[in-house]
Amino acid sequence: MSEHAVEQAASHGPTAGEYIVHHLTHWNTTGHPQAKIVDFSVFNVDTLIFSVAMGVAALFLLWRAASKATSGVPGRFQAAVELVLEMVADQAKGIIHSAESRKFIAPLALTVFVWIFFMNAMDMLPVDLLPLLWQTATGDHHAYLRVVPTADLNGTLGMSIGVLLVCLYYNVKIKGFGGWVHELFSAPFGSHPVLAPLNFMMQLIEFAAKTISHGMRLFGNMYAGELVFMLIALMGAAWAGTFTGAALWIGHVIAGSMWAIFHILIITLQAFIFMMLALVYTGQAHEGH
Amino acid sequence: MNLNATLFAQLAVFFILAWFTMTFVWPPIVKALDERAKKIADGLAAADKAKMDLANAEKKAVDEMRKAREAAAELRAGAERQAAQLIDEARSEAARVIAQAREAAEGEAGAAMQRAKEALREQVAALAVTGAERILRREINANVHAELLANLHQELK
Repeated sequence: MSEHAVEQAASHGPTAGEYIVHHLTHWNTTGHPQAKIVDFSVFNVDTLIFSVAMGVAALFLLWRAASKATSGVPGRFQAAVELVLEMVADQAKGIIHSAESRKFIAPLALTVFVWIFFMNAMDMLPVDLLPLLWQTATGDHHAYLRVVPTADLNGTLGMSIGVLLVCLYYNVKIKGFGGWVHELFSAPFGSHPVLAPLNFMMQLIEFAAKTISHGMRLFGNMYAGELVFMLIALMGAAWAGTFTGAALWIGHVIAGSMWAIFHILIITLQAFIFMMLALVYTGQAHEGH
Repeated sequence: MNLNATLFAQLAVFFILAWFTMTFVWPPIVKALDERAKKIADGLAAADKAKMDLANAEKKAVDEMRKAREAAAELRAGAERQAAQLIDEARSEAARVIAQAREAAEGEAGAAMQRAKEALREQVAALAVTGAERILRREINANVHAELLANLHQELK
């Protein structure tokens, strides 16, 4: 969508397409929508602000529980945090057999789970609430703002690449650099000079596929969820005193409630899946082929 | 869905948050959990020990009761035996005293009878001699027949 179209939309009131495109455009450091698909000179300010804010909020809660943790009878809050922590610890114990590695990977998995849950939960806010407040605050009625950091591919790929780096680190740490390089060229088809290039190709594809699917899965779910919320919001926006408009408004209330309730499951499930995959991938880095 | 440098920023945030959790969140909670697990384990062990102690004490109490009952029974048996013995002794003592008394009485009675018999014989002899004197007053010379009379007197005795 070009700037021209946005300006045009502003003068007439946005069409459905314009409304959605506007909502799917990031507030970035250039001040206008990113032109190229890949441009590493640009930062999405909204994604950074909300992901850091959610990370700080999530870890603040965990830290509060940790700083008051007692071995006596726990309060409800402490018990709730312990519940999540033990769930993650149990999963980590089942997947990663090295206690030394778990010292880093289990807290990492907990961080990922809680952080992603908080970021996903931003989707539960009304789609127009924060953008509208932001537009009012800045006085710019076309200011872009996206509040769900996990509905930004940069956010999810950033985390999945983080998991990839952890995997590479443990590959080298557990197998030794030589052992890992040997594995790169000898697995999965077997150690033979003829098969070496094929093995290496397969390994590269495997790493790339894992990382991209890891990030894309979360992104796709949250992006689609956000889009559905916007479509539902459009139904309510059709309110115009006509019968159809009133029916659509009621449809908004019903569909919006249903989707929001269903989304509680999705945001939790996606956070859990991302955490589990992070554990599984790092666990694979510990095992020789 | 454009890619940009946000990705690297997110990557950095990812590791910073993970480091924070690893350093400040995970260890204290895990420590508290482990300590609580230990406390519970200790508590359970203490409860088991107390139960065992109680069982032992009960067994000991039963033993002591049994011993006491046995001792009491023994004591009573001893006392009864002693009492029976005392009664036996008293009975035999009484029998002895009675026998002695009877013997003494019988001896005394025998002696008295003997004395009475002798006195009676004396009197019968004297009477016989007197009667014979009266019958034979004239025919018998006391001096001549003194030896005869003495013999007779001796025989009657």
